Amino acid sequence: MTQAILTIEDYAKTFHLHERNKDIPSASGVSLSVYPGRLTALIGPTGAGKSSVLKGIYRTYLPSSGRILYRSKAGNVIDLAKAGEHQILELRKQEIGFVTQFLYCLPRKSAIDVVAEPLFARGVDSHEARGRAEKLLAQLAVPSHLWNVPPATFSGGEKQRVNLARGLIAQPRLLLLDEPTASLDPATTERVVEHIQSLKETGIAMLAIFHHPDLVRRLADEVVELSPPIAVTELSKD
Amino acid sequence: MSRKILEVRGLSRIHGKGCPLCTQHTGPEFDTNICPFCGSVVAAHDINFDLYRGEILGIIGESGSGKSSTVKMLYFDDAPTSGQAIFFDGAEQHDLFSLNAAQQRSMRNKRFGMVYQNPHLGLNFQISAGGNIAERLLMSDLKHYAEIRRRAGELLSRTEVSLARMDQNPKTFSGGMQQRVQIAKALATRPPLLFLDEVTTGLDLSVQAAILDLILEIQNELDTAMIVVTHDLGVIRLLAGRTLVMKHGRVIESGLTDQILEDPQHAYTQRLVASAL
Ligand SMILES: Nc1ncnc2c1ncn2[C@@H]1O[C@H](COP(=O)(O)OP(=O)(O)OP(=O)(O)O)[C@@H](O)[C@H]1O
Ligand SMILES: [Mg+2]
Ligand SMILES: [Zn+2]
Repeated sequence: MTQAILTIEDYAKTFHLHERNKDIPSASGVSLSVYPGRLTALIGPTGAGKSSVLKGIYRTYLPSSGRILYRSKAGNVIDLAKAGEHQILELRKQEIGFVTQFLYCLPRKSAIDVVAEPLFARGVDSHEARGRAEKLLAQLAVPSHLWNVPPATFSGGEKQRVNLARGLIAQPRLLLLDEPTASLDPATTERVVEHIQSLKETGIAMLAIFHHPDLVRRLADEVVELSPPIAVTELSKD
Repeated sequence: MSRKILEVRGLSRIHGKGCPLCTQHTGPEFDTNICPFCGSVVAAHDINFDLYRGEILGIIGESGSGKSSTVKMLYFDDAPTSGQAIFFDGAEQHDLFSLNAAQQRSMRNKRFGMVYQNPHLGLNFQISAGGNIAERLLMSDLKHYAEIRRRAGELLSRTEVSLARMDQNPKTFSGGMQQRVQIAKALATRPPLLFLDEVTTGLDLSVQAAILDLILEIQNELDTAMIVVTHDLGVIRLLAGRTLVMKHGRVIESGLTDQILEDPQHAYTQRLVASAL
């Protein structure tokens, strides 16, 4: 098999809540690898820390321990757990994409511009960027009469597809997917599945959480099962 | 060329005569910015950060935490008690607080822009909206009336102020419109660095949203680096890639904005985020 693009060694995340003087572990002992052109699926019960792994990689969470080794386009191995903020921002812009369950966007921006934004940020010509956004919105079956409308008023499923399109458009080298089909109907889910398959063919490495075991069966090349971290430890109060 | 545009080190401002104990007995642990020995106000102490080209940095914190003080010093509205700021302008490098008054004025007028919460601070209410921008353009290389007027018109339409209002006094404009004129004025010299202090505070939500949109569009188009001061977590979520959290004159935490919001480390930030949910 080809070299891994991402290797996680013994990742753990614990939140320290000052107000309640509590440590809350949300993931522990996670080790896994992700390869170009392949999809690694994270499975496990609620509370097993699946999203905490993705957020740790993207650095939305500060990892508590472990190494998150990413092999960059330039060929360097970067420990994302310790990398500087500017370096993380640059990787987010150029190499690592994250499709979360929520869409944060500005109220005036049309769906097309919301989707095209990662391309604008990379300096792609706006005409070309919008063209690619339209193509992707069509592929994900977002009705064309919505393309020029801000997504604020869209249904859950429509918003999710816009969010997905935005995550996919820049063709990152590593794509993190957190339940990308959670609120989609079967027909649209099929479109997304096809799209993910085509992304694999282009060599994109993916680490994903899916709601349905069926999608794991169809899309995953590797499966990593997480179990919930050890229970909350109450700290002594003085 | 380095990506860095601004390097701030040990920036501090104490109001009052000061004493050797001022900074040791103020700050978040003491829950005050007032020195118990001499009564001086430690408005900002030991502020450090780097800003990159085209980056938006948020500064968040409660009222009196030192957000405006920090920005004011960098824009030369106020002088620091101590500290250093290096501005990297193309191949040039300027130690901001060692510049003489004339150099500071030129820097402020040509290379920086400022948008204040209070439009009275940013706009001259004796003259028209177009005049406000023309004043600024005159400081750059434009000298001909027709050219200045054309460029002022361009800036106003870019910030979505109707050209019909160009010759009206901004005193008569709505709050949102005044902020747009301030933004147009701040952009007149195409500065690589822009300071925005609570620019949407007090405006209607829909007006706020439109202004935030405009700010992001400009950042995209001109690759302007910005420091955005606000007490509104929603504003930094939409605008800033990185954020500093201030309390009692200190930066208590800094990080990627999504990390500050979803995984705040400091007790104060945890409370701040929880109370906004
Ligand atoms: N000229 C001054 N003389 C004395 N104290 C001052 C002066 N300017 C600011 N301060 C004090 O410095 C502290 C920081 O003020 P600053 O204006 O920076 O706060 P801020 O974070 O911008 O607050 P806000 O959110 O209310 O705008 C405050 O305690 C303020 O009263
Ligand atoms: Mg202020
Ligand atoms: Zn003192």
